[in-house]
Amino acid sequence: GQKMSLSVLESMGFRVGQALGERLPRETLAFREELDVLKFLCKDLWVAVFQKQMDSLRTNHQGTYVLQDNSFPLLLPMASGLQYLEEAPKFLAFTCGLLRGALCTLGIESVVTASVAALPVCKFQVLIPKS
Amino acid sequence: MAVCIAVIAKENYPLYIRSTPTENELKFHYMVHTSLDVVDEKISAMGKALVDQRELYLGLLYPTEDYKVYGYVTNSKVKFVMVVDSSNTALRDNEIRSMFRKLHNSYTDVMCNPFYNPGDRIQSRWALLPVSDPVQVGPAFCVLLPSFCRTCLAILVAKMQPFGKQGRKGLFKL
Repeated sequence: GQKMSLSVLESMGFRVGQALGERLPRETLAFREELDVLKFLCKDLWVAVFQKQMDSLRTNHQGTYVLQDNSFPLLLPMASGLQYLEEAPKFLAFTCGLLRGALCTLGIESVVTASVAALPVCKFQVLIPKS
Repeated sequence: MAVCIAVIAKENYPLYIRSTPTENELKFHYMVHTSLDVVDEKISAMGKALVDQRELYLGLLYPTEDYKVYGYVTNSKVKFVMVVDSSNTALRDNEIRSMFRKLHNSYTDVMCNPFYNPGDRIQSRWALLPVSDPVQVGPAFCVLLPSFCRTCLAILVAKMQPFGKQGRKGLFKL
């Protein structure tokens, strides 16, 4: 049902993210640490895909990062507020995969989930397990 | 010019190896394999070095009596190794860098191909055409692609002509 289609969308986003993770950081030098990779996601990847930067990046420095976008372009034309809240996951699945794919090419295994409190503000949570 | 080019995945298995003298390929495979240790050394040395010195091009890995081996690593830890003939002293550093840059571009194009699964051996001859002939790292790909596109466009335009008469159904009968 819906779970299957969400995971299909997420895996599509994953493949695209892998390709973007190869193409975008081409001329930039190698990343020094995880935080640099996340900053690259927030700035370069988001600008390339959505023509805007991520609005905020927070971390607990132990592998959890919360990326917040206050006007997510895929949700912006839909509604503003609580309307269509239950439809929102469909539009976020691909983007979660995108983030996970880009992280994967850059050498970081992660779990990405998204949550919406009120359209069009959405938060992407990136969990990087410590090995 | 280069006698052997190899693309190695981040788990250190080869994705693509091609050498010009097709006899005695095993020697080049072995050379590429041994150069991986040097690449790993350089990467870990780079990790401890100052921030400003981080670069994708690794430079000369090691010289043997007949050949020189150069290395390059991408942000996704995919390594490119190139073996050139030592007797060709006219080959300068920036030429090697430009060859690696072309290889990186071709590899990125392969990655973006939706029919390619990351981690598979690179079978496509089209994708690495600029570097598949190690002797001439030339613009072969750029020459082929525009004419291919032009013929495709011409076919599409020809098919689209009767669009007005047949209505929307005509569009799908290619």
